[in-house]
Amino acid sequence: MKSHVWRPLFVVIFIVAAVLVTRKILVPPDFGIGSRGYMYGWHRPSNEQEWKAVKVKYRTAEYCKDCHRDKYDEIKQSPHANINCENCHGPALNHPDDPKALDIDRRRELCARCHFRLEYPTSGRGKIRGIDPATHNPGLECVTCHWPHDPRKEGHHK
Amino acid sequence: MISRRSFCKKSLLIAGGLAIPFAALELFDPKRLLAEKNDGKKTRWVFLVDTHKCVGCGFCVKACKTENEVPYDAHVSRTWVERYVVTKDGKTHIDSPLAARDGFETKKIDIGEGKFEDIKDADIDKAFFVPKLCNQCDNPPCVQVCPVGATYQTEDGVVLVDRKWCIGCGYCVMGCPYGVRFFHPVYHVAEKCNFCYHRISQGMKTACVDACPFGARQVGNLKDPDDPVTKIIMTERVNVLKEEYGTKPQVFYLGLTKEVR
Repeated sequence: MKSHVWRPLFVVIFIVAAVLVTRKILVPPDFGIGSRGYMYGWHRPSNEQEWKAVKVKYRTAEYCKDCHRDKYDEIKQSPHANINCENCHGPALNHPDDPKALDIDRRRELCARCHFRLEYPTSGRGKIRGIDPATHNPGLECVTCHWPHDPRKEGHHK
Repeated sequence: MISRRSFCKKSLLIAGGLAIPFAALELFDPKRLLAEKNDGKKTRWVFLVDTHKCVGCGFCVKACKTENEVPYDAHVSRTWVERYVVTKDGKTHIDSPLAARDGFETKKIDIGEGKFEDIKDADIDKAFFVPKLCNQCDNPPCVQVCPVGATYQTEDGVVLVDRKWCIGCGYCVMGCPYGVRFFHPVYHVAEKCNFCYHRISQGMKTACVDACPFGARQVGNLKDPDDPVTKIIMTERVNVLKEEYGTKPQVFYLGLTKEVR
């Protein structure tokens, strides 16, 4: 057969080879079918490790307890026992190394998340004692009169 | 000349050979068998939401956004809380301002485009809050539609997104019937709730579970019969969202009503 018949075939073979080589280089070696089969498990398993390595920012009250035992004990005996320290104090991260001090959220809006009175009888919200932020001492921080670690106590003295 | 004996032998052999299906010639692959067998796995992460307990404080959304580095002021979130207000005229009003990141700061219902609908307390038949998050379905449609293998389900049932492989086509965002997926404003790839995979895989609870003061959210292992979440799912009247889609969602709800979508 004449060479002009073969030439396009060589081009096609070259393209196919090039695609296969690039594919071999670009696709990571661990890419494959995971435990969930082809339809749901086709992935790069090293990505699972990448997700597991994400930094934990909220360390929970158990982390705070070691140094701030007094505060921990006080809130755990109060009606606010279920509120985690970091909900108001912010994520602990590597405190006290980084950050050295936490940014405490003392805004009225924070307390209003639960204590803005909503008359919802079929929800737990309706059972929480609440106020209307528009009429209840507007402009003042709640901690001026209410001690958040134990709301049965009065005032906020630093 | 073919003998009578060899003719019978050969024709029987050919008939027998034709009867063998091609599948029988396939090499035995133990890995594939393991993949098809469903047991042997020790963990299947599931979630339990008690809508009776949720008060719409939104601490879960706040914690989730910080923990998982979803930009705080962007209008996207991995989890959100919906408010349902059913009035006496039979209408259902639903809103979730800023995914309820700051809770619900007004009695008015956010109907979008900066407009609010006023509802009188006396008109309310029932009102409640429903937290939403990824259902980590057993048949995840978002995974099925991914053309590049960037999203997948782990052995313990969590659907993850490979940020290096996602090409941002958005098929999964459209494919999820629960509207859980979105584009990450920084990485520009598909983003979703992954049950705080970095926390649950080291024995912690998810950030939203830890942040919830009312115990409305719980995460558990369905394969562990002693897990309190498993006990509740097995013994109480739980429900799932959009069961008719056949996605087999694994976030179970206590106290759902027909108004919840």
